[in-house]
Amino acid sequence: MSGTSLVTARERALAVLGGEPDDATLGRYLHGIAGVDAVGLEQRAAGLGTRSIKTSSKKWALDTIISLIDLTTLEGADTPGKVRSLVAKAMSPDPADATTPRVAAVCVYGDMVPFAIDALGGAHGDPDDGLISVAAVATAFPSGRSSLEIKLADTAEAVAAGADEIDMVIDRGAFLAGRYGLVFDQIAAVKEACRRPDGTSASLKVILETGELVTYDNVRRASWLSILAGGDFIKTSTGKVQPAATLPVTLLMLEVVRDWHLLTGQRIGVKPAGGIRASKDAIRYLVTVAETVGEEWLVPHLFRFGASSLLNDVLLQRQKMTTGHYSGPDYVTID
Amino acid sequence: MSRLAVPKTYKLYIGGAFPRSESGRTYEVVSASGAFLANAAKASRKDARDAVVAARGAVGGWGGATAYNRGQVLYRIAELLEGRRAQFVAEIEEAEGVTRAVATAQVDESIDRWIWYAGWADKFAQVAGNANPVAGPYFNISVPEPTGVVAIIAPQDTSLLGFVSAVAPALVAGNSVVVVASERFPLSAISLAEVLATSDVPKGVVNVLTGSPAEIAPWLASHSDVNAIDLVGAGDLDWISLEVDAADTLKRVLRPESGPDAAAPALGRISAFTETKTVWHTKSLR
Repeated sequence: MSGTSLVTARERALAVLGGEPDDATLGRYLHGIAGVDAVGLEQRAAGLGTRSIKTSSKKWALDTIISLIDLTTLEGADTPGKVRSLVAKAMSPDPADATTPRVAAVCVYGDMVPFAIDALGGAHGDPDDGLISVAAVATAFPSGRSSLEIKLADTAEAVAAGADEIDMVIDRGAFLAGRYGLVFDQIAAVKEACRRPDGTSASLKVILETGELVTYDNVRRASWLSILAGGDFIKTSTGKVQPAATLPVTLLMLEVVRDWHLLTGQRIGVKPAGGIRASKDAIRYLVTVAETVGEEWLVPHLFRFGASSLLNDVLLQRQKMTTGHYSGPDYVTID
Repeated sequence: MSRLAVPKTYKLYIGGAFPRSESGRTYEVVSASGAFLANAAKASRKDARDAVVAARGAVGGWGGATAYNRGQVLYRIAELLEGRRAQFVAEIEEAEGVTRAVATAQVDESIDRWIWYAGWADKFAQVAGNANPVAGPYFNISVPEPTGVVAIIAPQDTSLLGFVSAVAPALVAGNSVVVVASERFPLSAISLAEVLATSDVPKGVVNVLTGSPAEIAPWLASHSDVNAIDLVGAGDLDWISLEVDAADTLKRVLRPESGPDAAAPALGRISAFTETKTVWHTKSLR
């Protein structure tokens, strides 16, 4: 999977904005977007959450969830050994059942990328081909509080190490202070840093950290801003701030992605991350995606779950469906 | 002036809360003479699943508490039961259609058994454990440890005594339990759950399901995250196939018992749900 080309992204943004992406133009554009009907949004999300998905649909949903997971470890205590065991789990989530699909990607800190790639070996590649890609968080994750030079160096290092996807954080301080031009420029610069010497580019996921943006209006503006600046994916959260991903916030971001697709024909991905631990919750997200942007979005280059403990719960549900009796945590690996 | 009756809603007890069945089902509980007593929740397999999750979450805290502390907590339940004697006596009189004297005897016997088991909490390890003789300069010690989550099909022909006789011994060693109450007499079990909820027993340690044991027991017997199953009240079920299901995941099993001596107090009921762990430790070398 590779990112969109840079020139067209900027041209597209300029055409949509009708001017240079500075604070004033962006401010006018983003504040011109209609406000979010918060009650309506939450009611719609709650309504989508009531669908009952059973038997063969549930089995399909569970397998789809696994194939959309970015299996994640983002701890200060991460070791090469921990990354290797994460990769082993990514490659065969349920060693007792060979029909279990592989996850889409493993998501690690930038310095752990070489160990992940080494452990993946021949399984490293595009999740659309049934292989597993390596995503790295960059740009002073999770706070994003450092200079642009350091963020770019962080990104370039991860890309040089072989990361296929970069998960960057936006500067929430600048966004909340109204410095939209600064946030735009930083995303665009990181996008530039995702470029590889051979001309291809790592896919860029832009983390909004919706828990720190406080309002739905801000989430909608940040989503538009990130897409305008060239993000290939918009991602809810780092997982380090509460609240992390919620269904209403993800629905809102999917609506922005739908509107952008209607406007430009370009498909942007969405990645809810953090706090999705139960299969039941994850199935609600699948329903929301299918009902908002359509089933064609349920592929690894357009939708991902950022999760770690979700996988075990999905495996337990899968074992329940296969064996006909309830399984327990002793029958999946500890991560 | 007459007052409107305020009937009690009897619900399940899972993870320290009193939910209705997720299935929304209830069934009528009738007195010995056939009069309507209450609607009780009819638990589904998913309620059983939720109860096992709650019980698993409680194993660490309850099993890790000191034996002395467990004894104190269990003793306090007996104290609270004593304070609610009148309520239990009235409930049993109505449900079983027995005289006040017989109902009172059952409640007293239940409280006495509870105290008997509470007393064992910090003593049974001395009896069931051992310092093994070895030919070397080290100690070799065997201690009984809780086995984990215990599913119980409570005796079906009494309201309170059978329930207490099956639940108390499993708690003594530090297990958490999922117990299916008597189908015919479920109300005292839920009233006992109210006592547990207001005592010092951590939430999730005891989970009470009411409904059809025939429906729920197979799911508990085959559940991979249940470590042991007490079939004491499963005599009328196809308990042999339950035992076969339990064997698939190597559960400890206690077989059905019947008659007035069913689940009589015994140290064996405590040690049935323990695993003996043996460790060694060096003696001081001079």
